[in-house]
Amino acid sequence: MQSHLLLLALFAFFVSLVFALLSKDDPREQVRFGGMLFGGFIITALVLGWLMYPFPL
Amino acid sequence: MPATTVEQTQSSSLVLLCLASWAIPGFGHLWLGRRAKGLILMVALMLMFVIGLGLRGQLVPLRAIAGVFDLSEPLAGLMCIADLGIGALYFVAGALGYGAGDVRAVTYEYGNTFLIVAGLLNFLVVIDAYDIAMGRK
Repeated sequence: MQSHLLLLALFAFFVSLVFALLSKDDPREQVRFGGMLFGGFIITALVLGWLMYPFPL
Repeated sequence: MPATTVEQTQSSSLVLLCLASWAIPGFGHLWLGRRAKGLILMVALMLMFVIGLGLRGQLVPLRAIAGVFDLSEPLAGLMCIADLGIGALYFVAGALGYGAGDVRAVTYEYGNTFLIVAGLLNFLVVIDAYDIAMGRK
């Protein structure tokens, strides 16, 4: 498995899952918070990726 | 039973709980009766660790911790402490010959990230189990 995006999504999923379980007690809130975290991870990574695109490194 | 003895028993069982929670991710929550949460944490953290090994990440050896104190390799030492966070799995994987790391692999850095974050998340899980045991949650 070498897909950067897939590994990013997998990492975001696990971290969001653990954070949601630790921060909220109600299952509905856990799903909502976990979903928001997961979406935040993915969107932030994509936005930062595009912002860094012009920089030659 | 005198008050000091009760306190000593409570504090020793708290230490045992934290050690068990560290050694086996999610076990502290299972012990405290939070079965669903404990099982999900256990599966998620173990999967993260296994994926990290599968991506050819490196488990930094224990001797690297010295690098934190003599400042020769502080980052490797900190990485070792983070890796240790996953508990018994660190030692089991090392004993079975996993976690040598392959710096030539494309996924080496991804593997390291999974291993480090799995360990750090388990530290948070231990703190959460401690908070539950103390009646704060």
